[in-house]
Amino acid sequence: MIYAICFYLFATITVFSAIMVISSRNPVHSVLYLILAFFNSAGLFVLLGAEFIAMILVIVYVGAVAVLFMFVVMMLDIDYSELRKGFQKYLPIGGLIGLILLAELLLVGFGWGLSGPVTTDPATAIPALNEMSNTEAIGSLLYTKYAFLFQMAGLILLVAMIGAIVLTHRARPGVKKQNINDQVMRRRGDAYDIVKVKPGQGLG
Amino acid sequence: MADLLVEFFQWGFGVTLVPWLAIILGIVVGILAIVLPLLLVVAMSVYMDRKVWAAMQMRRGPNVVGPWGLMQSFADGLKLFLKETIIPASANKFIFLLAPALTFILALVGWAVIPFDAGMVLADLNVGILYIFAISSLGVYGIILSGWASNSRYAFLGALRSSAQMVSYEVSMGFVLVTVLMCAGSLNLSEIVMAQKDTFLGVNGYWFTPLFPMMIIFFISALAETNRPPFDLPEAEAEIVAGYQVEYSSMAFALFFLGEYANIILMCAMTSILFLGGWLPPFDWEPLYLIPGWIWFFGKIFFMFFVFAWVKATVPRYRYDQLMRLGWKVFLPISLLWVVLTGLFLLLTDKIPA
Repeated sequence: MIYAICFYLFATITVFSAIMVISSRNPVHSVLYLILAFFNSAGLFVLLGAEFIAMILVIVYVGAVAVLFMFVVMMLDIDYSELRKGFQKYLPIGGLIGLILLAELLLVGFGWGLSGPVTTDPATAIPALNEMSNTEAIGSLLYTKYAFLFQMAGLILLVAMIGAIVLTHRARPGVKKQNINDQVMRRRGDAYDIVKVKPGQGLG
Repeated sequence: MADLLVEFFQWGFGVTLVPWLAIILGIVVGILAIVLPLLLVVAMSVYMDRKVWAAMQMRRGPNVVGPWGLMQSFADGLKLFLKETIIPASANKFIFLLAPALTFILALVGWAVIPFDAGMVLADLNVGILYIFAISSLGVYGIILSGWASNSRYAFLGALRSSAQMVSYEVSMGFVLVTVLMCAGSLNLSEIVMAQKDTFLGVNGYWFTPLFPMMIIFFISALAETNRPPFDLPEAEAEIVAGYQVEYSSMAFALFFLGEYANIILMCAMTSILFLGGWLPPFDWEPLYLIPGWIWFFGKIFFMFFVFAWVKATVPRYRYDQLMRLGWKVFLPISLLWVVLTGLFLLLTDKIPA
């Protein structure tokens, strides 16, 4: 029973906060609701016995991605009435996309229902939890069976990262940059000389 | 715990508990058994912090309230409790009050998976270390939200500095955790501790192993994560007054303060679990095991906390670009290289834990 209570609690909050993400007026509140939605989805993963994925969801999405969202949204100077202006204009195309997505979801749901009972219980992890923790199971799948695909995905991401740096990086001339190594290696003699000035003669 | 409670209620009140109620009650009792002593430890650690700085600066430190000034933290707490909570007129009220509560709650929640002794743990998760990492990565929200909700430039600058700093140092911290995980072969904190038994000539913990440099990187990253000097730029008094805390008063400020110290002690506990052998005695020598494990564990936390205070008393504050350079250009490459080296070492010496 506790299991069912937890499930309905997490599921209700997830759906509620997902709706609030798109309906709340203040964008910072939207991001906060998004975080709440991520958090409750992590709770659902824990209920499924997929604790590794739950933790990774929190670390990656809540701890990193949503922080970036928050950064951007906080620094924006947003005029809320301006945001509402285009509502009428974009309603038809937005509604159309929404309808298509809804139809696809329904198709998936019906298709799943029509294809008969699933042979394995989806709630049990494969392989069974008492044989192997699911961290180990994911690890052995990713790093042995799909090692090549995994490495490829990593390389593609690396290329995207380098591409972004190349596109935005520009070397401006005339900028004085600090070189820590030079600073540390600097000796007393590089900076000044001690000159004994004789009285009445000067340095000339 | 649940069985004990059922017995206790039958013996004390003559009532038989329903099983699910017993489970919930057991969890609540467990939480209280961790949180209440923790708050006491937090109060005393503030006192210890101040005493250590005072000793290093040849002052006396708090010495008026109670014997040797022992009650100083409680007097400060009472003073804060009696003050007025001021909410700035242009602040976002709900988020303004949510932020300190969030900081405090997250600082306490992390303690759920800390093993104080063999089997003495509230939630023995098999991804315990990821849980701690997830919770500590959430800590940034308390600060960023307080900075934004205060609607003050100082607070906002402090929040931006802090979140950039925490996100940067989390990366190298993650790699340090990976090196430890590879040597221990588990994500469970108790198993990580047990893997440190007799690592080198009867010494428990990773003192004399190639993981020791990683402990130093972890410790410095922990300083940056908890906004302690020399990385306390988010609250740099000389530049931005007190950063994200500038608009807070009374209990809202106290929650930030307590949360900060609870986080520091959590980081000390993590360092001792990951590198110093947790509840194991320092040497693998039979008579030392007669002393209960939690005493060794508290001793190690105490030692790490002393080092935290020591660093604060001696090291000047970093400049912000130097801080970013240290995180991204020094720690990240070193820890990444160490992950590869550790993997190679384990593979070549055939020491990969099963």
